[in-house]
Amino acid sequence: MAILLTKDSRIIVQGMTGAEGRRHTQRMLRAGSQVVGGVTPGKGGQTVDFDGASLPVFGTVAESIAATGADVSVVFVPPRFAKAAVLEAIDAGIGLIVVITEGIPVHDAAAFCAHAGATGLAAGGVQTRIVGPNCPGVISPGASNAGIIPADITGPGRIGLVSKSGTLTYQMMYELRDIGFSTCVGIGGDPVIGTTHIDALQAFEHDPDTAAMVMIGEIGGDAEERAAEYIKAHITKPVVGYIAGFTAPEGKTMGHAGAIVSGSSGTAAAKKDALEAVGVRVGTTPSDTADLMREIMHSLP
Amino acid sequence: MDLYEYQAKDLFGAHGVPVLPGRVVTTAAQARAAAAELGGAVVVKAQVKTGGRGKAGGVQLASTPDEAQRKAAGILGMDIKGHRVHRVLVTPACEIAEEYYLSFLLDRAHRTFLAMASVQGGMDIEEVAATAPEALAKVPVDPRFGVDAAKAAEIIAAAAFPAEVAQAAADTALKLWEVFVAEDATLVEVNPLVRDTHGSIIALDGKVTLDDNAAFRHPGHAELVDSAGQDPLEAAAKARHLNYVKLVDGQVGIIGNGAGLVMSTLDVVAAAGRAHGGMRPANFLDIGGGANAQVMADGLEIVLGDPDVLSVFVNVFGGITACDQVAAGIVQALDMLGEAAAKPLVVRLDGNNVAEGRRILARAAHPLVTMVDTMDAAADKAAELATVIFAKGA
Repeated sequence: MAILLTKDSRIIVQGMTGAEGRRHTQRMLRAGSQVVGGVTPGKGGQTVDFDGASLPVFGTVAESIAATGADVSVVFVPPRFAKAAVLEAIDAGIGLIVVITEGIPVHDAAAFCAHAGATGLAAGGVQTRIVGPNCPGVISPGASNAGIIPADITGPGRIGLVSKSGTLTYQMMYELRDIGFSTCVGIGGDPVIGTTHIDALQAFEHDPDTAAMVMIGEIGGDAEERAAEYIKAHITKPVVGYIAGFTAPEGKTMGHAGAIVSGSSGTAAAKKDALEAVGVRVGTTPSDTADLMREIMHSLP
Repeated sequence: MDLYEYQAKDLFGAHGVPVLPGRVVTTAAQARAAAAELGGAVVVKAQVKTGGRGKAGGVQLASTPDEAQRKAAGILGMDIKGHRVHRVLVTPACEIAEEYYLSFLLDRAHRTFLAMASVQGGMDIEEVAATAPEALAKVPVDPRFGVDAAKAAEIIAAAAFPAEVAQAAADTALKLWEVFVAEDATLVEVNPLVRDTHGSIIALDGKVTLDDNAAFRHPGHAELVDSAGQDPLEAAAKARHLNYVKLVDGQVGIIGNGAGLVMSTLDVVAAAGRAHGGMRPANFLDIGGGANAQVMADGLEIVLGDPDVLSVFVNVFGGITACDQVAAGIVQALDMLGEAAAKPLVVRLDGNNVAEGRRILARAAHPLVTMVDTMDAAADKAAELATVIFAKGA
């Protein structure tokens, strides 16, 4: 088991015929993921070859689901066309959409997140979960990989990881490769994202194969503070945290569109304090955080 | 991107939000001419991207062109919370009867938009929210449906605007929403929105933040970028498509891959620097996932070109990029830069193909490069080297 993504997940790639889509589809296949096809409007009926395997390209997400039984879409579509691609995937009723694309306007992200929420179970449809945008994706090591996280950093294990940052995800996977991970979820650093720290923590809490969680946050917004409240009320498994951006100046965007301290809000210190106030141990560096987690894992039965 | 008041009001005007005419000038003499042209009493307003201009003396009334010139001379060059005033807006004085507040913004926590309105305008809205939260109406706006006439009326009613201005205020809210959507803004704020003594509704001030990610569908927004107010190193980095932020009072240049890792690197260097005479990170520079030799050379050139920088810390975790490519990039970059590279570099490589990467750097044996295996130890070394050079300089 794992969260969001298992060895049975059937993945399509929106934008598979582009350079990035093709490159990362190859990597996902090599990691053992069941990538069953691609979607590019106007290119339905073509095929793309990967290491001798030939994957079909469909013109629409609906066609790809009908033909392959896909339940996960990974989106590499450029920002200009990303909103239409994600809305199409939601309307086609896919379960999980992982939006890798960086640079999607926030009005577009708000629109597709709202649409995904509104066409949920209450509306009689499939509840679509969006991860991202501007994220490295989701990996359940040894089972499946949906996105661009390198699959060879670590193997399966009992730590769950949720992070706003791609490279800090890789760094943490590397630091704790001696223990391994159930699932690593890169939620992305944009101001509006589909899956939050809370969503991932909730799923890890209910996953029997996850024993403890690492959450990595950064400046901007109050997602970490809200996660702290959630942990206090709902999480029984151990959680360790790491927050980046203590030295970030006010009013400057630090790489990620959402990583900005506005006035006195969104600071790293406030996030760290909120987590520590609910008993989450927060590391001073990524290595220190990994040590805290290792200590916890070694103390577990 | 945050806009200046005059830019915000230009956008307001273009979308039908009522604003007063104005002239943006950079000298006191021009302010005098603008006041003469507009006629009557004017207000001279410092154009800086920060709040609290009024309290700082950056907004002043002038009843004659001569006075406008004097007031402008006093305001131009003023420092308001670290922002130097390079321009002033000269605009007709308005006889204010009442001051309100109106804004639309992104509500990150709820993945939606939010309208905020209040009849207690003219003061810091965060103060209103803190001291009289009941006076600040917050109305969620569903991104799928936006704001129509009925929604605009709901927002204005929620804030209990006086009946005689409710319709005009709702019309203004509708136009302001149009600015928010049509310009891909994450904030449009009018504070104060006033009723003047003739009963007209006017946006007397304006604040707009535009979404940089949406620049591709707004070619006109490029003109709003304030290149004069930009740090020269930041401008040079931007021209090379590098994600760079200059930090004040720093000595250790930072280059890394991935926004989160680079932010983390700044923190680790700042912490390590406490043991080394208070050395601090001098910049944020994210060279991204696919860092080739040219990107590394561009990055090194920017960071080494910063006179504040005494040592450089290159911190790369090879995820998709392999460390051998990064190492080759560093070696090539140093060759390309030649004598321009004259500051010590501490390099920490980890991850994909790290052994080969370290071999490449070891073989090159560049006199300026020190390899350190872990991020924490490398940060310490970079801070230490900065201190050594700092001591030599002094």
